[in-house]
Amino acid sequence: MKKSLLLLMTFVLALTLAACGNKGNNGANGAASPSESPSASGSASPSEEKLTGSILATGSTALQPLVEQVAQKFMADSKYSGITVQVQGGGSGTGLTQVSEGQADIGNSDIFAEEKFKDADAPKAKELVDHQVAVVAMAAVAHPKVGVDNLTKQQLVDIFTGKITNWKDVGGADQKIVIINRPSSSGTRKTFENYALGTKTEDLPGSIQQDSSGTVKKLVAETPGAIAYLALSYLDDTVQVLKYDGVEPTVENVTSGKYPVWAYEHMYTKGEPTPVVKAFLDYMMSEEIQNADVKELNFIPITSMQIARDANGNVTQK
Amino acid sequence: MNLSYKEVKRDTAVQASKPFPKHRIEEWRGKAYVYVCILVLIVTIFSIVYFIAVRGLTPFVSGGVGVGEMLFGKVWDPDAEQPLYGALPFLYGSFATSLLAAAIAAPLGFCAAIFMTEMMPKLGRTVLQPAIELLAGIPSVVYGFVGLSVIVPFLRHTFPGQGIGIMAGSIVLSIMILPTVTTIATDALRSLPSGLKEGSYALGATRWQTISRIILPTTLPSLLTGIVLGIARAFGEALAVQMVIGNAPHIPDSLFESAATLTSIITLSMGNTTLGSAHNNALWSLALILLLMTFVFVFIVRLLERRAKR
Amino acid sequence: MKAKTVDRIATGVIVAIAVLILAVLAGLLGYLLVRGLRHISFDFLTSPPQTIKAGGGIGPQLFNSLFLLVLTMIITIPLGLGAGIYMSEYAKENRFTAFVRLIVEVLSSFPSIVIGLFGLLVIVNRFGLGFSLLSGALALTVFNLPMMVRITEQSLRSVPREQKEAGLALGISRWRTITQVMLPVALPSIVTGTILAAGRVFGEAAALLFTAGMSSPRLDFTDWNPLSPTSPLNPLRPAETLAVHIWKINSEGLAPDAPEIAAGASAVLVITVLLFNLGARWFGRLLYRKLTASK
Repeated sequence: MKKSLLLLMTFVLALTLAACGNKGNNGANGAASPSESPSASGSASPSEEKLTGSILATGSTALQPLVEQVAQKFMADSKYSGITVQVQGGGSGTGLTQVSEGQADIGNSDIFAEEKFKDADAPKAKELVDHQVAVVAMAAVAHPKVGVDNLTKQQLVDIFTGKITNWKDVGGADQKIVIINRPSSSGTRKTFENYALGTKTEDLPGSIQQDSSGTVKKLVAETPGAIAYLALSYLDDTVQVLKYDGVEPTVENVTSGKYPVWAYEHMYTKGEPTPVVKAFLDYMMSEEIQNADVKELNFIPITSMQIARDANGNVTQK
Repeated sequence: MNLSYKEVKRDTAVQASKPFPKHRIEEWRGKAYVYVCILVLIVTIFSIVYFIAVRGLTPFVSGGVGVGEMLFGKVWDPDAEQPLYGALPFLYGSFATSLLAAAIAAPLGFCAAIFMTEMMPKLGRTVLQPAIELLAGIPSVVYGFVGLSVIVPFLRHTFPGQGIGIMAGSIVLSIMILPTVTTIATDALRSLPSGLKEGSYALGATRWQTISRIILPTTLPSLLTGIVLGIARAFGEALAVQMVIGNAPHIPDSLFESAATLTSIITLSMGNTTLGSAHNNALWSLALILLLMTFVFVFIVRLLERRAKR
Repeated sequence: MKAKTVDRIATGVIVAIAVLILAVLAGLLGYLLVRGLRHISFDFLTSPPQTIKAGGGIGPQLFNSLFLLVLTMIITIPLGLGAGIYMSEYAKENRFTAFVRLIVEVLSSFPSIVIGLFGLLVIVNRFGLGFSLLSGALALTVFNLPMMVRITEQSLRSVPREQKEAGLALGISRWRTITQVMLPVALPSIVTGTILAAGRVFGEAAALLFTAGMSSPRLDFTDWNPLSPTSPLNPLRPAETLAVHIWKINSEGLAPDAPEIAAGASAVLVITVLLFNLGARWFGRLLYRKLTASK
């Protein structure tokens, strides 16, 4: 019965484990930390010598599946076998916080950093370099039995501001409208408000708020009279997809600029990326990823966009 | 045998540590070890309170938000041009769901405890008690999942409204806190001196008379302790509630209308906001309120326990 | 006469409620198991999850849950035992002890989300551990520790006084009496309590959302070097546990069979917790018999 010895040993083990782990982390992160050589990357030649290091990408849960999948392919590629990529969720806000404080190498975000870092935090957004890697489009959806398949912008605004409360006022069934919204901090909601409604909306009493697309979809499909908005990847037969001003939410309409409700998926770095991070971002932008994985996960390839948009919403033809 | 417990301890400790230095070292080591453990506990709690308080107080100290504005304001709109941080709807939601959950769980738990101790102790101990302990082990995400796929549709079909709301949250929570309430009630009933009950039966009282006039009044403080602990747990529960309550930042007109709790609004927005922004700091204030409520609950439990001992 | 009728009604109500509770539990378990068991297979339990295709499993999540539990226990048990020994044996009846007791009580009633947020702020961001198994384990330790302290204290207090006095009378130090005489006697109830506490850790999600993260990197199950980033044993990799996975696929799942996976994973979780409950009792009894027979 050497209980005390055993106790002591487990304790020591726990401590050493913690300590070892710590060292490993510091060493690995140090190699690829973006804050250490923010400007050196321009001169480095990534193709000559083999890159080694590790990358940590945190943030948006919507973008996470894509980055994860690309990271796996990237690590499997023999050219980049010295690099490990870790992808984590946590939400756009967490991603931007961590990249701006140097804890993560890449911050994934659904919206422009300028929209998150406001007022006193505005300088933080200036330090970040934006890499737009994909486009996500959103569609307004409703419960299948509302009897409406098209809404004009004004009708949408009236519904989401509470002026219209019954589907019969927009030509549908006599059914009370139930709004299923996102929380006011959500990037998806910002996109919808900016590009579909063109105005900020308040949280109406009785409206439901859920942040996760899966739950929103489940609720729309089950709640009579529900209206909500979802990324294109979540649409299926259980919900009624609504046209916007007569335009169907399709990939073609988004890339040509006819359908305006879409947003970029951003991967931010603090300063210019290091060679290791740049290799990953270049890989992300390559045709083989954009045309395969990006499409497969129902994002729209950034390379196929015929228009561009800046943080203030100004659209330019490419 | 005449020596009291304490004296024996002291005497032997003195004797043991005197002649053998090896023992003394051993004892010293052991003591150092347990004190380190206690120190870890103390450091943990102080750092939790400190870090959450520092973040949570920022809106009041430098954000220009008044304490009264946060506690009694009815409008929560942190992303507006003129941000408003009224947390009253969340406080209302948290209190309403947890109190209602306790109101459902308390009678159920009490009846289960009576059943297990007074009526069929054998069946209670072999079937009901393990069953209730199992309820305690089911993870909260699973409760949320079941709530969203069973309770919400049921309420939607049975009552006016969307099914989502305080009622749905309370039902889910009441099942979650049932084990806490029942276990404590059972312990209290078992520890009752049997003479009390036997006396009552001997006087010709029926079982219900004994329960309602003797057992209930004497065990009341312990029962209340269980209920308060249940409320405390319900108050802090996050994921299961968030899935079924609807999360609209308003005080609802009915139990079947979308509402929000402190915890649900924190889980909903924490990941979306950047650390240090005004919105994020306001969420930390909500966490601070949760933390303070924990102290209040512990305080109430202590008061009740003191009364139960008397 | 009237009192008898009231008594009968009350009895009926109480029995009905006991039956109702059993029915709710049976319904709940039945619902979860019937929907989930269909989906559980060896393949489901071992294969990695799929993002958009059907047929993903929960292999890494199951491993993460178990590994996180082990890590948490490695940190919690020594600390909890030490603090518990202090509370039952060394603590004097003074202000300090009352204060420590209050701390244990407050710690055990902190909402898990508050612990999660604390973990995010301090462990993840300030200590720079990132979303990792170690951060998750440290956060879970915060809730597990008070339970462990209480279990140890109660178990030690229930050791017969004679046994302790016998030890002290032999002239061995107090520490030795505690570790070599009392702990073995108290061990069965400590073990039972610990396993039951472990079951709760297994199902925790709210605190882990903010600390252990919601992603599960590809794991190389042939690489057992704890320092390599793809090794399953690396405590600094992000890890999604089973409970968090259920939360994630319910909310963001893109795979066409997401509802089935959620049902299957819930069933696995419930069965595991069930096993913990039964195992704790069985193991406690076994240990008790072993320890008492050997003396």
